[in-house]
Parts: sequence; C-alpha cells; structure tokens
Amino acid sequence: MKATLTLADGTSFTGRSFGSEGEAAGEVVFNTSMTGYQEILTDPSYEGQLVTMTYPQIGNVGVNPEDDESRRPFVKGFIVKEYCPVPSNWRATQALHEYMREHRIVGIEGVDTRALVTHIRKRGAQEGIISTARRDQAALTEKAQRLGGLEGRDLVKNVSCREPYTWDQGGWRMGSGFARADAPEFHVVAYDYGIKFNILRGLVEAGCAVTVVPAWTPAEEVLALEPHGIFLSNGPGDPAAVAYAAENVRKLVGRRPIFGICLGHQILGLALGGRTFKLKFGHHGGNQPVMDLTTGKVEITTQNHGFAVDADSLEGAVEVTHVNLNDRTVEGLRHREHPIFSVQYHPEASPGPHDADYLFERFRGLMAGA
Amino acid sequence: MPKRTDIESILLIGSGPIIIGQACEFDYSGTQALKALREEGYRVILVNSNPATIMTDPEFADRTYVEPLDAGVVTKIIEAERPDALLPTLGGQTALNLAIELAETGVLERYGVEMIGARLEAIKKAEDRDRFKEAMARIGLDLPRSVYVHSFEEALAARAELASLPLIIRPSRTLGGSGANIAFTEDEFVAMARSGLQISPVHEVLVEESVLGWKEFELEVMRDHKDNVVIVCPIENFDPMGVHTGDSITVAPAQTLTDKEYQVMRDAALRIIREIGVDTGGSNIQFAVNPDNGRLVVIEMNPRVSRSSALASKATGFPIAKIAAKLAVGYTLDEIPNDVTRETPACFEPTIDYVVVKVPRFTFEKFPQTRDVLTTQMKSVGEAMSMGRTFKEALQKAMRSLETNSYGFEQPEFAATLRSDDGLPGTARVAGGDVEALLEERLHRPRSDRLWTLGAAFRAGFTVSRLYALTGIDPWFLQHIQAIIEKEDEIRQRFDDIAEADREFWAEVKNMGFSDKRLAELSGRPEDDIRTQRMNAGVLAGFRTVDTCGAEFEAFTPYYYSTYEGTQESRRSDRRKIMILGGGPNRIGQGIEFDYCCVQAAFALKEDGFETLMVNCNPETVSTDYDTSDKLYFEPLTLEDVLNIAAQERPDGVIVQFGGQTPLKLALALERAGVPIIGTSPDSIDLAEDRERFKELLEELHLRQPLNGTARSTDEALRVAESIGYPVLVRPSYVLGGRAMEIVYEEAKLREYLVSAFQASVEHPVLIDKFLDDATEVDVDAIADGERVVIGGIMEHIERAGVHSGDSACSIPPRTLSPAVQAEIRRQAMALATALKVRGLMNVQFAVKGEEVYILEVNPRASRTVPFVSKAIGVSLAKLAARVMAGRTLHELGFTKEIVPPHVSVKESVLPFNKFAGVDTLLGPEMKSTGEVMGIDQTFGKAFAKAQMAGGMRLPDSGTALFSLPDQHRQGAAGIARSLAALGFHIAATGGTVDSFKTAGIPVEAVPDIDDTLRRKAVAMVVNTHANESYRNDGYLVRRNALDRQIPYFTTLAGAEAAVEAIEFLKAGELTVQPLQDYQRHARDRA
Repeated sequence: MKATLTLADGTSFTGRSFGSEGEAAGEVVFNTSMTGYQEILTDPSYEGQLVTMTYPQIGNVGVNPEDDESRRPFVKGFIVKEYCPVPSNWRATQALHEYMREHRIVGIEGVDTRALVTHIRKRGAQEGIISTARRDQAALTEKAQRLGGLEGRDLVKNVSCREPYTWDQGGWRMGSGFARADAPEFHVVAYDYGIKFNILRGLVEAGCAVTVVPAWTPAEEVLALEPHGIFLSNGPGDPAAVAYAAENVRKLVGRRPIFGICLGHQILGLALGGRTFKLKFGHHGGNQPVMDLTTGKVEITTQNHGFAVDADSLEGAVEVTHVNLNDRTVEGLRHREHPIFSVQYHPEASPGPHDADYLFERFRGLMAGA
Repeated sequence: MPKRTDIESILLIGSGPIIIGQACEFDYSGTQALKALREEGYRVILVNSNPATIMTDPEFADRTYVEPLDAGVVTKIIEAERPDALLPTLGGQTALNLAIELAETGVLERYGVEMIGARLEAIKKAEDRDRFKEAMARIGLDLPRSVYVHSFEEALAARAELASLPLIIRPSRTLGGSGANIAFTEDEFVAMARSGLQISPVHEVLVEESVLGWKEFELEVMRDHKDNVVIVCPIENFDPMGVHTGDSITVAPAQTLTDKEYQVMRDAALRIIREIGVDTGGSNIQFAVNPDNGRLVVIEMNPRVSRSSALASKATGFPIAKIAAKLAVGYTLDEIPNDVTRETPACFEPTIDYVVVKVPRFTFEKFPQTRDVLTTQMKSVGEAMSMGRTFKEALQKAMRSLETNSYGFEQPEFAATLRSDDGLPGTARVAGGDVEALLEERLHRPRSDRLWTLGAAFRAGFTVSRLYALTGIDPWFLQHIQAIIEKEDEIRQRFDDIAEADREFWAEVKNMGFSDKRLAELSGRPEDDIRTQRMNAGVLAGFRTVDTCGAEFEAFTPYYYSTYEGTQESRRSDRRKIMILGGGPNRIGQGIEFDYCCVQAAFALKEDGFETLMVNCNPETVSTDYDTSDKLYFEPLTLEDVLNIAAQERPDGVIVQFGGQTPLKLALALERAGVPIIGTSPDSIDLAEDRERFKELLEELHLRQPLNGTARSTDEALRVAESIGYPVLVRPSYVLGGRAMEIVYEEAKLREYLVSAFQASVEHPVLIDKFLDDATEVDVDAIADGERVVIGGIMEHIERAGVHSGDSACSIPPRTLSPAVQAEIRRQAMALATALKVRGLMNVQFAVKGEEVYILEVNPRASRTVPFVSKAIGVSLAKLAARVMAGRTLHELGFTKEIVPPHVSVKESVLPFNKFAGVDTLLGPEMKSTGEVMGIDQTFGKAFAKAQMAGGMRLPDSGTALFSLPDQHRQGAAGIARSLAALGFHIAATGGTVDSFKTAGIPVEAVPDIDDTLRRKAVAMVVNTHANESYRNDGYLVRRNALDRQIPYFTTLAGAEAAVEAIEFLKAGELTVQPLQDYQRHARDRA
C-alpha cells in the first residue's frame, strides 16, 4: 500500500506503508544510529515525534522482549528506506511490522531518507504527517502546519508513570540476560519524565534500589522517601514547558546528591538559573563525541535531544564539565558546592556505546561521600 | 597534546611485492601515512621493494629505498639514515615481522630507534597465539578452544583432546593465513597437521575447535595515546566462518546484530585493544558469533592497519591510515579534524546511510590444477567494493564491478545446460532431482561462484531455510538474493506489458540494483533500448556523498556513489575536467601498476589545473583515496555506470589508456556514445589489437613479426599452424596477461587447446604465432605526442621468449643486446608509434634471435612496466603521458631524449604458487605472477641479487646444485655448472645431463631420481628447464617439491645464469644501499 510523508513546508515523500495503517502526525526528526531501532521506538523521549532512521535497512533483527526501553513504544511514526520483513537474529520473537501493528505505529518505507534528512538539516526540524489513506497533499500540508511545534508543550505528562514503583532489574549480559539487584547499598528516587529502563538498570548496577516517581511528585514527598540520592530522567520535548519539574528540583538542591540525564539535565540547568534553547535539528544518534573537560578524554555517546542548555546562561555555582566536540554545545554540568551533576547525553546507552557508564559509579561515589 | 617534537625522522616499512593476502591496500596505507607525516614536517625514510607503488615515488618520502625487505638490508638503511623512530604498522604483516626482527636482534636499540604506533610487546602479545589466549582470558573473553602442537605426536594428542571433527589446522607465523586448512576427516587431519608443521617457520601448528558456520564480524578500532578509542566500522561477513575473510563477501555495516549484541562486541574490542596495549593507531579485531545463542568468541587481532582497514576507510570515508600516522606522532583523535565535515573532529564513529558490499575476485582459471574451494587459506587476488542504498543494490553493483562478465545474477554456466521447464537456456527455472543434487554439492563447500549458484538454487525452488542449512549464510542475506531472483521472474514475464513511462517499475528495479545490461538479458532487448526507455521514464542515476555522518553535517569531501533514488548531490563545476577510468579489481595480469598510472595521471592533471575525476571500484587502491583526485566516483567500470558519470560531469576528456584492459574494453562504446576519449584514438588501439589490421601495418612499415595467422575455426587453425610450422604460440584475441595463451608443439595438443579456447572466447578468433625458441624477449615503453617519440626504457628479459613478460625478470639497461640491435629496436618502436599516431604511452614487445628483431606485440597504452621504468630512469612516464593527452608536447615538457641510467635496475616477478597446492610452477606464456620487486645497484649481478632477495628467493652461497635438463639445454648449461663448481658448489645431475657435464670436464654426481634426491638430500638450488610439452609434465614433481621446500629453482638457463652472477657478487662483496633520490641525482648529473 502506498503511503506519503508530508512536511509542514509542503515537501512530500512517497513510499509504501508498513506497520500500522492510518495517519501519524508529529515533529520529524532523524536518528543516525545504525543499530537499536527497537530501543529508539520505545524511548519515551520520542513522544510526539516521527523518527527517520538514516541507516537504510531496518527490521533486520526483528523485535524481542528484552530490548524495550519502556512499557510501550512512544514514537508516533517510523520512516525508513527499506524494511526487511524477515528478521534474522537468535533473540527475535516477532517481525518489526507486526510489533508496529500491535502498537499502532504508522510506518513508511521506500522513502529517500537521505533527501529527507538533508532537507531537515537545512531547514530545521518541522512537523509532518505520515498517511496511508489521504492523498490530498495540500490538506495534509495544512494539517501539518496546524500541528504547532514542540516548544512550550508539556509532553512529560503524557509519558510519566502515574504511580510510584520500585525497580530491581540490573544490566543485560550475553547468555544470562538481565541481572537482579544484589544487596543494594543506596536508595535512589528517580523522577520519571519519560525514563528509559536502562537508566534504572544502570542505577541498580551501581548498587542502588530505585523508587520511580511521577514527574510532578512534590520535592517534599521525594525527601520523605528518604533517598540517598535523587535522579532526574530523560524525557520528551521542551524543558521550559515543565516548570513544575524545575520548581521541585530547585527545592532539592543541596538536600541530596542529584544526577540528571538529558531532559533531567536541562531541568537541572533551569533549576540552577540557566536557560535552554531549541537546536536546529537536535542530536539524535549514537556517535556523538563528548569531551570530559575535567580529564580531557573523549567518549562516544548516545544522544537524543532537541533542546540544549545555553552555556552563557550558567554562572556562579554551576560549571560546564562536558562539551560536544561537533558543535561545542553543553553536554554536562556540575554544581561547584553541592554533589550535583548532569549530562545531556545518555550514559545508559541502549542503543549506543557504553563509554559513559562510569557516570553511574560517579553518582554512587557522591552518595557514598554525602 | 600536539605532535611530538622529540623525533625528527621516521622510517616507514612498506609491504613489498603484491602477493595473495597482501595487496595494494598497503600502498594506499603507506602513501597516506607518508603524506600525513611529511605534512607534519618529519623527515621520512621509506623502504619498499615494490616499484609499482605510489609510495615509492621519490616525491613521497625524503629518502626512498627500493631495497629488499630484509633485516640486514634495513639495518644498513638505519645505519645510513639514523631515524629517530620506526613506524611498523602500515606495511602489513611483512613490515610488522621485519620490525619484530629488528627489535629482537637489538638493531633498534643499538641505533636508538623508537618503535612508534605499536610497541614490540603489544605486537607480540597480539601475534603470539598463546600470549593472546592468555590475554583474552585475563579480560574475560572467549576464544575457540585450541591446542598448540610442535610435533606430529602432539597433533594426535590434540586431536583426541578436542574430540569432534572438523578441526582447524593453523600453521603459526605464515602470511595471509597461508597453510591454514580445515580437516573434515581423519586422513585430512593427518595430512594437514604434517604439512602445517612443515610450512610454519617456527614449526608450530594450532589445532582448533571449529567455529565453522558461525557468523563472522570484524571491527576496525582506532586508539590514541590518551586512550580515546573509536570503532570506525563494524563489518559482517556474508560467508560464515570457514572462509578466509579475504575470500569472503563482506558487508558494512553489520546487519544482523541487535544493539545489545553489537555493544557487547564493541566493549570486547575496546577491552582487547587496551589489554594488548596498541598505543596508537588502527587495529582489526575479528569475532565469531554462534548464530543459535549469540556466544561471542574472539578470533584474532591484527595490531596494525590491514586489508579490512582499507575497506573500512573506503566504506566510511574515515581515512584510517592517515589518522593512524598522525596518532603515532602524538596527536589525539580530538585534535585531528574530520576532512569530510571540516567542522567536526576525527574522534567519532562514522555512521553510514548506505550499504557497502565487498566481493573478492578469484583467478582459479589460471591454475586449472587447483580446486575451486574456499577455505581458511586466502586465494583471491583482488576485490571490488560497491555502495548502494540497499543491500540488494550494493550486491548487484558489486557483482558487475568484478568484471567477470557478470552484470547480475546470470544463470551460472554449469547450470545453463541443465534441464529446464520452458526450454530457455541459461535463464530458465531448472527442475529435477539431479539438478538439486548438483546444486547442493556445489553449495555445500563454498566456491568462488557461490553467489550465482545461490541464484540458480532459488530458481530451482530452494528455500531460504534449506540454503541456510546448506551454506551457513545468514538468512538475512539469502532473503535479498531470493527477492532479486523473484523480481527477475517478474521482469521476464511482465516486461512486454510495461509501459514505457512506468516510472514506478523502472525506479523499483533500478533501486534493487539491476543493471541495464541484466534487464536487457532478462527482457531480450538490446541494452541501448533499455537505457533509452529507462531514461524516458525519468529514472536517472544520482550521486550521493560518502560523508561519514549520514547527512547530519554538510560534507565537503567530493566522494560519490550512484543510486537511482533521484537526488543529485554532485555539483558540476565549470572547470575544465578530465575523467580517468581506473582498473577495477586486481587480478593476475592487471594489478597495482595500472592504478599507479591512473594516480600519476590524476596528480599531473591536477597540477596543471584540470579538475580530475577518478572512476574506480577497487577499495585497496590509492586511486580510490578521496584526496587523490578532485572528485572520486566509487563506481563499477561498466558502460552504464561510466555513462552516468559522463552525463553528470560532461568531461572535456576521458583517459582510458591507464587502467589496463578494463577501460579499454569500454573505449569504443564510450566513443560511440559521444564521450570524448583523449590520447591515442580507440581506432589505433583497435588497429594494434586486431591481428590482421596490425599485420598489414607491419608490412607497410617493412617490420618483421614471427609468422602468424588468425583462425576462426579448428580447421583453419590447423592449416595455419601447419603452414608456419610448430612450435606455435596460440591465444584468444583481446586478452591481457596472456590468459589462455599456450605454446603448442604438435597438432594433437593444438586440437586439445582449440576446444577450450573457442569455448572461452566465442566472439573472438584465435591467434597463432610461430614460437621463436631460444629468443631473447625485450619490452620497450615509449611515449609520443603525435610529433615526437621518446623511448622510456628498453628492458631485456632474463627468461627466454615464451615466458609471459609479466612473469619474466628484466633489466634496464639491456644486459646482452648489441648496440646495433638496440638501435634497431628504437627505430622500430618509433616507427610504430608514429604510424599508430600514439598520443601517450606505448609498449612494444620484441623477440631478438641472433641479430634479428621481431615484433611480438604492440599496446598503445600504459603497460605493466611503466612504474618500473619510471623508477629506473627517474622520470614519471605516466605523468608525462597524461599531460601529452591533455594537449602538451614533449618538447614543452622537456622530455625529448631517452634516458639511459648509469645504474642497473632489475625487475623480478613474484608468483603465488605456494597458495595453490598441486599447481605446476613452470612459467609459460600465461601470466601467473601477482606482483613484482625491483633491485637497483651499480652492476647487473648486484641488482639481480637484490631483486631475488626482495622476491623472497634466498640465493645459496654453497651446497649442492642439482641439474635436470633436456638435450637441447645441456651444452648451454655447462658454463653455469662450471661457474657454480668454481664457486664451491657440489654439482649433481640426472640422466643425460651427467654425461654431458662429464664430457665438458665438470665434476658431477649422478643421481638417479630427481624427486627422490630432493627429498633426501640437502639441495641448495635446482636448475630444471623444459624443451617441449611432454617434458613439462615430467618436471612437475621436481618443481613442486622445490617450491614446497623453498629451494631456489630455475626453469630457464638464462635465469640460472643471472643467478650465478648474483651469487658471485653475494660471495664477493658487501651489499650496499642507496635511495632512489641519489640514483636519480647521479643520473641527472651525468646527463
């Protein structure tokens, strides 16, 4: 079946439908990871987005029960060059298109994804609609234009858990699967702005028992859980639109060691008096070089963000610790007085390199020293 | 940290001659390294014995030693140059082994030379299997279970311990995995263990648990001294474990790993490079993965730049060798900019938005006695790489890049005649039990034609799962081949109904990688029609940038591949532009020499202000480096693909005479399509290649050639041979490298030959020449601009006429030719160049018998000897020729007179016989060598000795010299035997040779059976010539035995004579070294 992708600026791409049929609308972004499409589909940070994979062969390894990064997929629509219907991998239990049908993710294949990516790179991220039904491009363009951007929208409330829960699953190992928590030393409360499971696993591996709480949980309630440390998770959209989050974090500064990732990092930046801004087309991929300014060493990182903390807005108590070597944007910061730090990128990887997993240990160190 | 300032000069070791397992990828890596190091201001000293390389061009290093890669020789170079550092990781295993030897014998310490890139300790840890095994255990990584054995008894014990067959037998410390094998049966195990122990220089064999059929992956890893590590590219092999990586079809990036599994592999690679302790630079790590449970085992690590590094560089646009060189002198990855994006650093992992497929090229047809079966010992001689937006597209592009006359999944020849349902030969669906059995048999043990066989199997109704069970090739790959074959059926059936303007259809099949030519075959229409119809439908090739980043950043590097998706990223400039067509995959007969010429042309024309456009598909080469030319099109060299580029670029000129036979084959069709070919006209090329036209030309010029004729049928051939008299030299027309060329002594043999020749070359007739026994062959390279002809060099062959010029050793200046003969050769060459209106290069082969000069062949194009001549005379003929083709005159360029150098240069060929068990080592008119070396010195004896040494032949200084000769050669050999006796050799001989020597007064020991003698006696050298066909078979065992025992053997008296001269020198004096720059200065001073 034919399908089209229509962008708000009127550009359209044709392809074939795969996965669910129907219509999907959202901001069109691209991801440059060559592996890990299942993790990408289930990353809550993609709430409200249509994801284009730059790697052209997708579906090769099917889908398996271990590689979900959250309770369900959040990507609204999936744009690929060629979908491979017959997966080949020893862990695969399902073909990707079945999984997408099951979760009502609209997909389009046969798209000249490179032309699309080049377009986004030049024009910036914009809204788009994948449709397997409607043919009227003008109507689709108009609809895409009416969608409005991500700025100012609180998407966190769509993805955060509704009730607190505890987590004790550890990291994945070849041959034995996921480990179990082994006599945790610390208790961490994790704010769920759209948290990825592998972050929780990283915390467990660092010796933590984790309580996950909804994004809007008041600071007082968090402290009442008597955590050794507080974790601020990744999540979708504009950090400035989740003012309540920064508000709560501000109250926690100085009370407990804090570690933030991605949206959690941006929220921390806001809480510490900084500003955030929207990047032209964001960083979405698994090959971004980040330099740790304290050691001069470079780590290859996974990133997935459309907004960033403005370096010039940080002063006084806050210090930039990591920068992106591609565009010199802020990738990490730390409080000069309190045991508080955060990174823009994803040390939990999944998908992506494990170069930065030392950060979980660093958090543990802060809790041990507190 | 910026670059090191405590070192000023660096010695780089090259990889020597092209051999199977070590090809021109090390010219690419060495050239990149030299450029990078000199850019940083270091004084660079290079040693490499291979004159056909770009790196040995004197402008690439401060001091260029074309000398044997031998520890003694390199020690002398170190003594003379006193380098501060030695960079051993860019010259393949050869350089690494040499560096180990220099370090272990204390040479480096004695002269205060620091090993940079990888320290001795790290190299040894990676190379020594035991230590590597221990190291892997320390970091918790698995290897296949294995046992080292040093004797046959130990081998049997290991066999018992590892229990189940098959087992892998790996002799230690051999090149390119040579000698490695898989034993499926008890008998095979016994035989392989024995021969493995024998060929291992350290008499050690690894007996290993079989991971046969597992998935194979490779990661290219880079590390800097601050311990930043990046993976340049994961590569997945199409062929499962059991086929040497060099012989495997490989795909980038990896296709069948989830992220979790890939990251486990990536983590392992990081741990390995850190544990082994490769300080800086690139390494290659191979893994095997059990397809049933994901178990990962480490196969091996190369602590150096490798063939796969070249592939990964070309596949991603990340220049591994250049960066490895910069890291070796102290830079860190984050300090080196990414040339492609300019804004971002080299400290990142490339992401690609296309699929890369490499397919190896084999030449089993050259060695009919060897079985076409792929094993853990590498046998391919070259490779082609292609890029496409999907695996299907890349695969089909790679197949047509191979230049094996395939343009897609044609029905293989063996299946073409099989019973078919609808009576269409070659393309039809085959059915029936016999067919299935045949296909199964041909797929069970992988062969070089497995892709086409898989296609045939799908046509015969095999399923993916059945083929997976049969081949171990991952179902992911198989499903794409199945889809292609199904689409072929649809094309065949539906083609007539497809409306001309059915854009969707054309886009779909072109995006699947179908070539116009294959579509023509499938639809039964001419290729031109297909092309027109497709273009009318608006489906045109667009060119995409290889940008390392999946379009995330703007790319500045003009490196392109085509796809039929539509968008065009290559922008045509308004500069004057010249397109150079490269030589495609290396093969015997067409190798690095042609790439050398293409690269030289690009350099020269760039200097002259042209925009240069390179087209090639060989990932090993310097020509496919993105900074060699202004724009690189990494594309198959077929008419369709070249016309696409020509349409996009509309070049002012296209050069077809530098890439060997590959572009020449396209010349006429390109010209017909309106593409401007510059240089000698395609008509002149045809005139020289067309025997009958050429014969007329020679008659006009009153030049002599051996009696000859052309035959289009067996009867005609027999008549021609009869009239000119046996022996005759026969060959199909239009071949390079003497493919299928043979000397035939009698009618019966001619009949036998004709059966195969006519089958091999249907469209072209067979050429028959009188074979001049005992003549001296001479090669001449000349250059002409339409007005003036200048001789580049006259090369006298060491071997007599009858040995292919590509396999023969030769010397500049000529060794024995009289001044009168030389003058006559010059006169004839010039007359030919003028008559053929040559603009550019020309090569003429002469045979000299007595004082008579015969013309054997003229090729108005770059020849294999151009780089050798250029190095011998100190002038780049290819550069001059490129400029001449672009309109300059030789007068303007200041090259008006032949240079006869005061020193002697000897070229020697390097043969691959040790890779092909059971193959006769006798040289003949069909070329078999893979590479060449050069020896250069003041006298012939010295230069020849160096050439032999460089070619891997250790000339003896004492011992037994064994002669086994036919009647005709015995008298001529007496002088050789006498000289050897005088040098202290003990002379032994067989049969009639004994009497002949006795008569000549030479003390000689009679030995009854040569083969037996070789087995029992310590023989130092063998002289074993042949006079006719029957003798060739008699001598086979001797020659093979000598090879297997690495005993110098001479199959011609001329070769033996030259060896005696060399031995005299080796015994008399000290070998000295001198760089090319000095030779050339002396030559200039003298001139």
